[in-house]
Amino acid sequence: MNLLAISLDQPATYWQLGDSWILVSVPNFIMIVIMLALFVLALVLPFPGGKDEV
Amino acid sequence: MSHGTEAPVGADFEPTTWTGAARKRWLRTLPPEKMLPEHQPSYVASWIYVFGMLTIVAMIIAIASGVVITLGGVQWFHESSTGMFFNSLHYWSVQLFFLFMVVHLWGKYWMAAWRGKRALTWATGVLAFLTAVGVGFTGYVITTNFNAQWIAFEAKDVMNAIGVGSVFNVTNLGQMVTFHVAPLPVALVLIVAAHVLLVRKHGVVPPIDAIDHDAVVPAAETETSEVAS
Repeated sequence: MNLLAISLDQPATYWQLGDSWILVSVPNFIMIVIMLALFVLALVLPFPGGKDEV
Repeated sequence: MSHGTEAPVGADFEPTTWTGAARKRWLRTLPPEKMLPEHQPSYVASWIYVFGMLTIVAMIIAIASGVVITLGGVQWFHESSTGMFFNSLHYWSVQLFFLFMVVHLWGKYWMAAWRGKRALTWATGVLAFLTAVGVGFTGYVITTNFNAQWIAFEAKDVMNAIGVGSVFNVTNLGQMVTFHVAPLPVALVLIVAAHVLLVRKHGVVPPIDAIDHDAVVPAAETETSEVAS
Protein backbone atom coordinates (compact mmCIF):
# COMPACT_ATOMS: atom_id res chain seq x y z
CA MET A 1 0.00 0.00 0.00
CA ASN A 2 1.77 3.10 -1.24
CA LEU A 3 -0.93 5.66 -0.66
CA LEU A 4 1.27 7.62 1.69
CA ALA A 5 3.88 10.00 0.35
CA ILE A 6 6.01 9.04 3.34
CA SER A 7 6.18 5.41 4.33
CA LEU A 8 5.44 5.01 8.02
CA ASP A 9 6.25 1.30 7.94
CA GLN A 10 9.97 1.64 8.52
CA PRO A 11 12.25 2.96 11.23
CA ALA A 12 12.41 6.74 11.39
CA THR A 13 15.47 8.78 10.46
CA TYR A 14 17.20 10.33 13.46
CA TRP A 15 19.06 13.64 13.68
CA GLN A 16 21.86 14.04 16.18
CA LEU A 17 23.54 17.30 17.12
CA GLY A 18 27.21 16.44 16.61
CA ASP A 19 28.28 13.82 19.14
CA SER A 20 26.01 15.23 21.83
CA TRP A 21 23.11 13.53 23.59
CA ILE A 22 20.65 15.62 21.59
CA LEU A 23 18.95 13.05 19.36
CA VAL A 24 15.53 13.42 17.77
CA SER A 25 13.66 11.50 15.12
CA VAL A 26 12.46 13.47 12.11
CA PRO A 27 8.75 12.73 12.83
CA ASN A 28 9.12 13.91 16.42
CA PHE A 29 11.03 16.99 15.27
CA ILE A 30 8.26 17.82 12.80
CA MET A 31 5.65 17.47 15.57
CA ILE A 32 7.64 19.77 17.86
CA VAL A 33 7.93 22.38 15.11
CA ILE A 34 4.17 22.15 14.43
CA MET A 35 3.40 22.60 18.13
CA LEU A 36 5.72 25.61 18.41
CA ALA A 37 4.17 27.13 15.27
CA LEU A 38 0.64 26.58 16.62
CA PHE A 39 1.63 28.15 19.92
CA VAL A 40 3.05 31.27 18.28
CA LEU A 41 0.14 31.57 15.83
CA ALA A 42 -2.37 31.20 18.68
CA LEU A 43 -0.77 34.19 20.38
CA VAL A 44 -0.49 36.50 17.38
CA LEU A 45 -3.47 35.69 15.16
CA PRO A 46 -6.60 37.76 15.84
CA PHE A 47 -9.56 35.80 17.15
CA PRO A 48 -12.73 36.04 14.99
CA GLY A 49 -15.24 38.37 16.54
CA GLY A 50 -12.69 40.39 18.43
CA LYS A 51 -12.72 41.34 22.07
CA ASP A 52 -15.63 43.76 21.89
CA GLU A 53 -18.38 41.16 21.68
CA VAL A 54 -18.10 39.92 25.23
CA MET B 1 -29.01 39.50 38.27
CA SER B 2 -27.39 39.80 41.62
CA HIS B 3 -24.08 38.13 42.29
CA GLY B 4 -23.78 38.92 45.96
CA THR B 5 -23.05 36.54 48.79
CA GLU B 6 -26.60 35.20 49.18
CA ALA B 7 -27.22 31.52 48.51
CA PRO B 8 -27.67 30.52 44.87
CA VAL B 9 -31.17 29.81 43.64
CA GLY B 10 -32.28 26.43 44.96
CA ALA B 11 -29.67 26.36 47.71
CA ASP B 12 -31.47 28.54 50.30
CA PHE B 13 -32.78 25.72 52.47
CA GLU B 14 -31.65 23.74 55.49
CA PRO B 15 -30.97 20.17 54.37
CA THR B 16 -32.18 17.28 56.51
CA THR B 17 -30.84 14.49 54.32
CA TRP B 18 -27.41 13.75 52.85
CA THR B 19 -28.80 14.12 49.36
CA GLY B 20 -30.13 17.57 50.21
CA ALA B 21 -26.83 18.51 51.81
CA ALA B 22 -24.98 17.29 48.73
CA ARG B 23 -27.25 19.34 46.46
CA LYS B 24 -26.80 22.46 48.59
CA ARG B 25 -23.03 22.04 48.60
CA TRP B 26 -22.99 21.43 44.84
CA LEU B 27 -25.10 24.55 44.17
CA ARG B 28 -22.89 26.66 46.44
CA THR B 29 -19.72 25.36 44.78
CA LEU B 30 -20.95 25.30 41.21
CA PRO B 31 -24.13 27.36 40.74
CA PRO B 32 -25.69 27.01 37.27
CA GLU B 33 -24.28 30.35 36.08
CA LYS B 34 -20.77 29.02 36.75
CA MET B 35 -21.45 25.50 35.55
CA LEU B 36 -22.88 26.63 32.20
CA PRO B 37 -21.90 30.29 31.84
CA GLU B 38 -23.57 32.57 29.34
CA HIS B 39 -20.51 34.83 28.99
CA GLN B 40 -16.78 34.55 29.28
CA PRO B 41 -14.29 37.33 30.06
CA SER B 42 -13.07 39.35 27.10
CA TYR B 43 -9.56 37.90 27.30
CA VAL B 44 -10.95 34.45 26.42
CA ALA B 45 -11.36 35.72 22.84
CA SER B 46 -7.90 34.42 21.92
CA TRP B 47 -6.79 31.31 20.04
CA ILE B 48 -4.63 30.21 22.95
CA TYR B 49 -7.81 29.54 24.97
CA VAL B 50 -9.10 27.17 22.30
CA PHE B 51 -6.59 24.40 22.85
CA GLY B 52 -8.10 22.98 26.03
CA MET B 53 -11.38 22.27 24.27
CA LEU B 54 -9.53 21.03 21.17
CA THR B 55 -7.77 18.53 23.43
CA ILE B 56 -11.11 17.33 24.80
CA VAL B 57 -12.61 17.01 21.31
CA ALA B 58 -9.61 14.95 20.18
CA MET B 59 -9.99 12.81 23.30
CA ILE B 60 -13.68 12.19 22.57
CA ILE B 61 -12.85 11.12 18.99
CA ALA B 62 -10.05 8.89 20.27
CA ILE B 63 -12.35 7.23 22.80
CA ALA B 64 -15.22 6.81 20.32
CA SER B 65 -12.97 5.33 17.62
CA GLY B 66 -11.31 3.17 20.28
CA VAL B 67 -14.68 1.76 21.31
CA VAL B 68 -15.46 1.01 17.66
CA ILE B 69 -12.20 -0.86 16.97
CA THR B 70 -12.44 -2.70 20.29
CA LEU B 71 -15.91 -3.93 19.37
CA GLY B 72 -14.82 -4.72 15.80
CA GLY B 73 -11.84 -6.79 16.82
CA VAL B 74 -8.22 -7.01 15.66
CA GLN B 75 -8.87 -8.81 12.39
CA TRP B 76 -11.55 -6.32 11.40
CA PHE B 77 -9.50 -3.19 12.06
CA HIS B 78 -6.37 -4.68 10.46
CA GLU B 79 -7.92 -6.07 7.29
CA SER B 80 -11.15 -4.31 6.30
CA SER B 81 -11.00 -0.83 4.82
CA THR B 82 -13.61 0.46 7.28
CA GLY B 83 -11.72 -1.10 10.16
CA MET B 84 -8.44 0.42 8.99
CA PHE B 85 -10.16 3.80 8.71
CA PHE B 86 -11.25 3.64 12.34
CA ASN B 87 -7.84 2.33 13.36
CA SER B 88 -6.23 5.32 11.65
CA LEU B 89 -8.83 7.67 13.11
CA HIS B 90 -7.91 6.35 16.55
CA TYR B 91 -4.18 6.80 15.93
CA TRP B 92 -4.34 10.30 14.46
CA SER B 93 -6.86 11.61 16.98
CA VAL B 94 -4.40 10.55 19.68
CA GLN B 95 -1.60 12.41 17.87
CA LEU B 96 -3.79 15.52 17.78
CA PHE B 97 -4.80 14.98 21.42
CA PHE B 98 -1.19 15.13 22.58
CA LEU B 99 -0.35 17.96 20.18
CA PHE B 100 -3.23 20.12 21.41
CA MET B 101 -2.55 19.20 25.03
CA VAL B 102 1.09 20.29 24.79
CA VAL B 103 0.13 23.66 23.27
CA HIS B 104 -2.54 24.01 26.01
CA LEU B 105 0.15 23.21 28.60
CA TRP B 106 2.55 25.80 27.18
CA GLY B 107 -0.16 28.44 27.10
CA LYS B 108 -1.16 27.81 30.69
CA TYR B 109 2.43 27.57 31.91
CA TRP B 110 3.44 30.94 30.47
CA MET B 111 0.38 32.66 31.93
CA ALA B 112 1.02 30.96 35.30
CA ALA B 113 -2.43 29.40 35.28
CA TRP B 114 -2.13 28.23 38.89
CA ARG B 115 -2.75 31.83 40.06
CA GLY B 116 -5.94 32.75 41.91
CA LYS B 117 -6.48 29.53 43.88
CA ARG B 118 -6.22 27.45 40.74
CA ALA B 119 -3.49 25.12 42.03
CA LEU B 120 -5.82 22.13 41.99
CA THR B 121 -6.84 22.93 38.43
CA TRP B 122 -3.16 22.92 37.45
CA ALA B 123 -2.53 19.71 39.43
CA THR B 124 -5.40 17.84 37.78
CA GLY B 125 -4.03 18.98 34.41
CA VAL B 126 -0.64 17.49 35.30
CA LEU B 127 -2.35 14.30 36.45
CA ALA B 128 -4.37 14.14 33.22
CA PHE B 129 -1.16 14.53 31.20
CA LEU B 130 0.59 11.71 33.10
CA THR B 131 -2.46 9.45 32.83
CA ALA B 132 -2.68 10.18 29.10
CA VAL B 133 0.96 9.14 28.75
CA GLY B 134 0.00 5.84 30.40
CA VAL B 135 -2.95 5.38 28.04
CA GLY B 136 -0.75 6.24 25.06
CA PHE B 137 2.01 3.90 26.19
CA THR B 138 -0.31 0.91 26.68
CA GLY B 139 -1.78 1.73 23.27
CA TYR B 140 1.64 1.59 21.62
CA VAL B 141 2.58 -1.76 23.15
CA ILE B 142 -0.63 -3.50 21.97
CA THR B 143 -0.26 -2.74 18.26
CA THR B 144 1.40 -6.18 17.80
CA ASN B 145 4.15 -5.06 15.45
CA PHE B 146 7.91 -4.75 15.74
CA ASN B 147 7.59 -1.19 17.01
CA ALA B 148 5.35 -2.38 19.85
CA GLN B 149 7.71 -5.24 20.61
CA TRP B 150 10.68 -2.86 20.77
CA ILE B 151 8.86 -0.41 23.04
CA ALA B 152 7.62 -3.19 25.34
CA PHE B 153 11.02 -4.81 25.70
CA GLU B 154 12.68 -1.49 26.44
CA ALA B 155 9.94 -0.57 28.92
CA LYS B 156 9.99 -3.89 30.74
CA ASP B 157 13.50 -3.07 32.00
CA VAL B 158 12.21 0.22 33.37
CA MET B 159 9.28 -1.50 35.06
CA ASN B 160 11.54 -4.15 36.55
CA ALA B 161 14.01 -1.51 37.71
CA ILE B 162 11.31 0.29 39.69
CA GLY B 163 9.95 -3.01 41.02
CA VAL B 164 6.53 -3.17 39.39
CA GLY B 165 7.33 -5.50 36.50
CA SER B 166 5.63 -8.47 38.12
CA VAL B 167 2.27 -6.73 38.46
CA PHE B 168 2.51 -4.41 35.43
CA ASN B 169 4.01 -6.68 32.80
CA VAL B 170 4.32 -4.66 29.59
CA THR B 171 5.07 -7.79 27.57
CA ASN B 172 1.76 -9.31 28.64
CA LEU B 173 -0.47 -8.36 25.73
CA GLY B 174 -3.75 -9.26 27.45
CA GLN B 175 -2.90 -7.22 30.53
CA MET B 176 -1.89 -4.21 28.45
CA VAL B 177 -5.10 -4.39 26.41
CA THR B 178 -7.12 -4.41 29.62
CA PHE B 179 -5.25 -1.43 31.01
CA HIS B 180 -5.61 0.43 27.71
CA VAL B 181 -9.35 -0.06 27.23
CA ALA B 182 -10.68 0.03 30.79
CA PRO B 183 -9.02 1.53 33.90
CA LEU B 184 -6.66 4.05 32.30
CA PRO B 185 -9.13 5.74 29.89
CA VAL B 186 -11.81 5.76 32.60
CA ALA B 187 -9.34 7.40 34.98
CA LEU B 188 -8.39 9.91 32.29
CA VAL B 189 -12.01 10.88 31.63
CA LEU B 190 -12.68 11.31 35.37
CA ILE B 191 -9.56 13.46 35.83
CA VAL B 192 -10.40 15.59 32.80
CA ALA B 193 -13.97 15.99 34.10
CA ALA B 194 -12.61 17.17 37.45
CA HIS B 195 -10.24 19.51 35.61
CA VAL B 196 -13.09 21.08 33.64
CA LEU B 197 -15.32 21.42 36.73
CA LEU B 198 -12.47 23.20 38.52
CA VAL B 199 -12.09 25.56 35.56
CA ARG B 200 -15.83 26.25 35.81
CA LYS B 201 -15.57 26.83 39.55
CA HIS B 202 -12.63 29.23 39.51
CA GLY B 203 -13.19 30.74 36.07
CA VAL B 204 -10.78 30.84 33.16
CA VAL B 205 -7.41 32.19 34.25
CA PRO B 206 -6.77 35.74 33.02
CA PRO B 207 -3.59 36.75 31.22
CA ILE B 208 -1.08 38.27 33.63
CA ASP B 209 -1.46 41.78 32.21
CA ALA B 210 -5.26 41.58 32.12
CA ILE B 211 -5.89 41.43 35.86
CA ASP B 212 -6.59 45.10 36.37
CA HIS B 213 -8.55 46.14 33.37
CA ASP B 214 -10.21 43.21 31.64
CA ALA B 215 -13.67 41.84 32.20
CA VAL B 216 -14.19 39.08 34.72
CA VAL B 217 -16.77 36.32 34.74
CA PRO B 218 -19.68 37.76 36.73
CA ALA B 219 -20.12 34.54 38.73
CA ALA B 220 -16.45 34.56 39.66
CA GLU B 221 -17.04 37.81 41.50
CA THR B 222 -19.22 36.06 44.03
CA GLU B 223 -16.23 34.23 45.43
CA THR B 224 -13.14 35.76 46.85
CA SER B 225 -12.78 37.73 43.64
CA GLU B 226 -9.09 37.02 43.52
CA VAL B 227 -9.11 37.78 39.82
CA ALA B 228 -10.39 41.31 40.10
CA SER B 229 -8.53 42.28 43.23
